[in-house]
Amino acid sequence: MKYAYFPGCSYHGTGKEYESSTQAVAKKLGMELVTIPDWSCCGATASHGKSHLLNVALPARSLGIAEEMGMDVTTGCAACYQQLAHANHKMAEDAGIREKVNKIISKPYNGTLKVKSLVEAVGTVDPETIKAQIVKPLTGLKVAAYYGCLLVRPQKITGFDDPEKPMFMDNLMTLAGAEALDWAHKTECCGASLGISNLDIAVRLINKIIKAAVESGADCFVVACPFCHLNIDWHQKNVNKKLGTSYDIPVFYFTELLGLAMGLSPDELGLKTHFTDTQKVLSLVG
Amino acid sequence: MELIKVNQSIEKNADFIKEVGLESGQPVQKCYQCGKCTAGCPVAFAMDYPPQQVIRMVQLGMKDELLKSNTIWICSTCHTCSTRCPCEVEITHVMDTLRIMAGKSGATPAGKAKYVETMYNALLSTVKSYGRTYEVGLVLQNNLKSGKLFNGADMGMPMFQKGKLQLMPSKIQGAAEVARIFDEVRKMEGGVK
Ligand code: SF4
Ligand code: SF4
Repeated sequence: MKYAYFPGCSYHGTGKEYESSTQAVAKKLGMELVTIPDWSCCGATASHGKSHLLNVALPARSLGIAEEMGMDVTTGCAACYQQLAHANHKMAEDAGIREKVNKIISKPYNGTLKVKSLVEAVGTVDPETIKAQIVKPLTGLKVAAYYGCLLVRPQKITGFDDPEKPMFMDNLMTLAGAEALDWAHKTECCGASLGISNLDIAVRLINKIIKAAVESGADCFVVACPFCHLNIDWHQKNVNKKLGTSYDIPVFYFTELLGLAMGLSPDELGLKTHFTDTQKVLSLVG
Repeated sequence: MELIKVNQSIEKNADFIKEVGLESGQPVQKCYQCGKCTAGCPVAFAMDYPPQQVIRMVQLGMKDELLKSNTIWICSTCHTCSTRCPCEVEITHVMDTLRIMAGKSGATPAGKAKYVETMYNALLSTVKSYGRTYEVGLVLQNNLKSGKLFNGADMGMPMFQKGKLQLMPSKIQGAAEVARIFDEVRKMEGGVK
């Protein structure tokens, strides 16, 4: 398997554990991630509120480069995925917008590629291939798989999993030997960039999600998005401060937990740079 | 809210109703006010009009009220409403369309809405300069412009200690191409900074 890989702007900043664990796990699975040369920002959570055209053109620039590479695209960040998948859909379906966009990006994009989230890319690897790599099963670990909103919605654009009750990450966690819990808030919104612009609103959303996970008996979260990670890992202490709670539940990227089960070291996976202490869970899985 | 003569508003703002439909690509007229969108909206509590009411206001042509509302900025575009609407109205796209219209109309959002708009602008201006988002620049600009100077300041040190802060932005080779995208879009549509 070979993919044109879109790292996303947080890859060496707030989401750097996601990047290192993604690379390590891809290697184990024989998945080749070829970074799209000189990729640019997808417009993240801002361009959709500025202009429909800008919102398609920004991700389309990177898609045009990927088309020349001749490989389907994958990205770990759910927000980038949403942007790339949306632009991909528009460029393939809407000739009017395709023509306009192709006038203003350097390499035209004809809409011939598939855009997959990393969850889909890893989740469609033959389960036997994954199982063959599991050397330290996460026996006894109870995880709440949190998908957030942008990974599985809107279904017309994402389509690989159920928009209300997704299972891809749960299945991966089961393969890794963990117990994936059935819980209520798998796709509730964490507030995304409201965590930067309006923390008072965001903490209320984050609180609901953490509360549901804790009540279902989870030892930790497993996520697939640097925004979700930042909101639940970093802002957990702000939820505690502002709402008087005392949560202390670690948040892992799905690639980190898969990596642990594959015998990769916590250092290699970046497990030491979380804000919520991961030690508790690490000692649980030995 | 002021008293509104509904018939007059529909007539006066017929163009607006049409434009929202066209730009968003959504069959807004189909909404029969079941309320499912509002029931599932995670941020309805902070909005001046919940999503169901926004759709009704579009049907009624209440342009000024909508373009001034904080709802269109606070909506986190989570697509929960769009996923659940029995009439297949993708409300999220309507919200985006209204936000874009508000931006172009020169409306000046206040309070919570202003913080969102400021964040959008700060993010896009780092993308226009460097071709990528620069997290530090984003937070600094956001704070200067929103007047919340120390917002996120408690974030800086711990992020730095974990090696998650890049002190310098990394500019891509094609940064000028990205800046050109912004300029061309502005030429084609007007209004995009
Ligand atoms: S869910 Fe759809 S039909 Fe129901 S109120 Fe909302 S927009 Fe209208
Ligand atoms: S997309 Fe916006 S209006 Fe719809 S449920 Fe999410 S926050 Fe609410």
